[in-house]
Amino acid sequence: MRVVVVGAGPAGVRAAEKLVAAGLSPIWVDEAPDGGGRIYQRPPPGLERDARTLYGFEAKRAEALHATLDALKPRSEWRPETFVWHIRPGARELHVLHRGRQERISYDAAILCTGAMDRVIPVRGWTLPGVTTLGAAQIALKAQGCGIGRRVVFLGTGPLLWLVAYQYAKAGADVAAVLDTTSFATKVAAVPGLLRGGATFAKGLYFIAWLRRRGIRIAEGITPLEIQGDANGITAVTWRDAAGRDCREVCDAVGIGWGLRPEAQLADLAGVPFRHDRLQQNWVPVRDGAGRTPVAGIYLAGDGAGIGGAEVAELAGTRAALALLEDAGHRVDAAEAARLEGRLAGQARFRAALERAFPFPAALARALADDVILCRCEGLRVGELRAAARADAATGPAPEMNRAKAFTRVGMGRCQGRVCGAAAAEVLAAELGCDVAEIGRLRGQPPVKPIPIPAAVNAP
Amino acid sequence: MTTECDVLIQGGGGAGCSAALHLAQRRARVVLLERGLVGGQASGVNYGGVRQQGRHPAELPIARRSREIWGRLKGLVGTDAEFTVTGHLKLARDEREEADLVAYLDIAKEHGLPLRMVGRNAIHREYPWLGPKVLAGSFAPEDGAANPRLLAPALANAARAAGAVIREHAEVVAHHHDGARFTLRTKSGEAFSAPLLLNMSGYWGGAVAAAFGEPVPVAPLAPNMMVTEPVRYFIEPNIGVVGGNVYLRQIPRGNIILGGGHAECDPSLPWTRPLPEVTMEAMQLAVELVPALAGTQVIRSWSGIDGQMPDRIPVIGPSGTTPGLFHAFGFSGHGFQLGPAIGAIMAELVLDGRTDVPLEPFRIGRFTSGSG
Repeated sequence: MRVVVVGAGPAGVRAAEKLVAAGLSPIWVDEAPDGGGRIYQRPPPGLERDARTLYGFEAKRAEALHATLDALKPRSEWRPETFVWHIRPGARELHVLHRGRQERISYDAAILCTGAMDRVIPVRGWTLPGVTTLGAAQIALKAQGCGIGRRVVFLGTGPLLWLVAYQYAKAGADVAAVLDTTSFATKVAAVPGLLRGGATFAKGLYFIAWLRRRGIRIAEGITPLEIQGDANGITAVTWRDAAGRDCREVCDAVGIGWGLRPEAQLADLAGVPFRHDRLQQNWVPVRDGAGRTPVAGIYLAGDGAGIGGAEVAELAGTRAALALLEDAGHRVDAAEAARLEGRLAGQARFRAALERAFPFPAALARALADDVILCRCEGLRVGELRAAARADAATGPAPEMNRAKAFTRVGMGRCQGRVCGAAAAEVLAAELGCDVAEIGRLRGQPPVKPIPIPAAVNAP
Repeated sequence: MTTECDVLIQGGGGAGCSAALHLAQRRARVVLLERGLVGGQASGVNYGGVRQQGRHPAELPIARRSREIWGRLKGLVGTDAEFTVTGHLKLARDEREEADLVAYLDIAKEHGLPLRMVGRNAIHREYPWLGPKVLAGSFAPEDGAANPRLLAPALANAARAAGAVIREHAEVVAHHHDGARFTLRTKSGEAFSAPLLLNMSGYWGGAVAAAFGEPVPVAPLAPNMMVTEPVRYFIEPNIGVVGGNVYLRQIPRGNIILGGGHAECDPSLPWTRPLPEVTMEAMQLAVELVPALAGTQVIRSWSGIDGQMPDRIPVIGPSGTTPGLFHAFGFSGHGFQLGPAIGAIMAELVLDGRTDVPLEPFRIGRFTSGSG
């Protein structure tokens, strides 16, 4: 039986571990040179630092995961630097790109552990050079050992906002301000649920307290106004505070992000149906508690199957591998499966509280001014999408996301809506006067991410 | 409850929506029934070529008439659907293909289509970015390209404004003719009735024809399409090749749209998906034509379903079995340019009983025994 695991982050490592333990030698593909996923990404040779510096409180987890990953390499068909750009569930084959070479991988069953990326809401000025996502700011620090600027403002909401700000300050960067669009009161209201998170919750409080103690400017419940810049880059961020006062902070870089969204393009191409998760405010692929999907032979685990964080990803990776083994006729430990599902259910309750503590501020997206760039790939402004939803458009109004894409090119560029999709959906839904779940989601098309046209075979 | 009207149209592609517009402009009460959203299949996902050059001679009178409508599209529907007259450059990669280009010059002349041969010496001087495989070309200055995602919705919107009823998400599940009137029933249980029915359902037009006792050998055709990231604008003409195994064009914002070969599809759902091997093959053929494409990133690929006839030209004209039924389907992968004129022609057929364009080569009887 040919089993393929896509991804070598927390979910992929634990899935591969379980498969190897059952005597299988899975094909294991990952985009990165040495696995680890985004959260435990390893620096390239020459930039190594100790785990404590790189991963902070998560150092032990990161080290354990890396150790497992390294031990599994010789016991699997380990294929790093391999990007899966298409899947054909009918033919059960993956199409991959490895160092510019196209290859096809056949499989009988696949566990897709494709991770997540930042969810972004446009802000006036967000396309200036010097603005990155929170995740990218974190990767710059982890992988390359450098910051996104000398004086950085972090803007958005969610646990990652505070974590990245803490990591930057701890690494010696000048953190000019942490601007959270979620009010303090909203977070406090979620505390009873957050207490389920135990150590995770405690760490979150620690980061916030640490930043406050350092005297770093912190504002909660703010409305971003503008990222300002000149020919040399970013100069400042302005916002309206909870009391309605206009504020400004000088900086040369900004990290933005409003939670995460699943990188679920491969599940989409595999034919897995999606549902709108009201709590996460994300479209997520349909799967059961074990990671089985309605598509035969396709299993999902980790943030790519719905945002849960690294701890959940490890549990879900193991659980999905057990499900695959069970479906393939292997004997599996039912008690272990039940134990995993119990822990996953507990984590889900904490996650729900976290989503309530840092809700996706749909109202921010809906209130964007007409002249703000919405889809940066296509240079499309908010007002142009709004116009496409109106009855006086020459094409008639766009009643759903894919029509809006067809009419305006929103989400049609290099990122295929992975960056602007969430905000664009809110803008369209607001203009149509309906719920965001009613206008559907952008249809996935291959490739999962861009692939280059190779040079002519007979080129001179 | 049955909705009654003068003309029923089944199928909301470019041709169907244009028929609705032209009929409504002449005060006919028209209802168009579309299974999904208008322009959702071949009309909306095609390459966007607005090309006369290279067409079957029988199609040229329609293409000429359609080109005239394309030129005044903005006045007709309120948008030009990004129609741009870039010219169409058809390339030959060997002597046999070159002979094909030369032979077509006479056909073009006969139909008044301006066409200029770009010979072996001129081709690389005029288009220095073409690869060494290109031997010669022929250039059609009137041709160009448009945005296929806009055409059918804009025609439908104009038809609505002219009084037509455009019903989307209205899948026809039953056809009935009582000798005088057609009654179509939709999946949601609605009924529509008219003395005239236009079958403009693309690939699915075959099933409609079969429902009236005249099955034809129509096959699903799904073009394998893709688009690159935006790069420096340098490919002005719409590019094709003899044989048609690759075609590409660049829009001024920089993206290159290219296609070639066929995707996988399931018309029963309907569902389509580009095939990786076909995508790679088309990339290879494209980079042979334009070597500078090497390294450019393909950001998306897609497809949609058209109907292909064995002789590669559509079925257009009255039914051989049922009075009041008219067909226009099976455009075999090149109906986008024709769509606007097909609508005008169908309106004339049903309201005037005649049209100026010779339709004999397209009669449905060519596939049904005994009635040819």
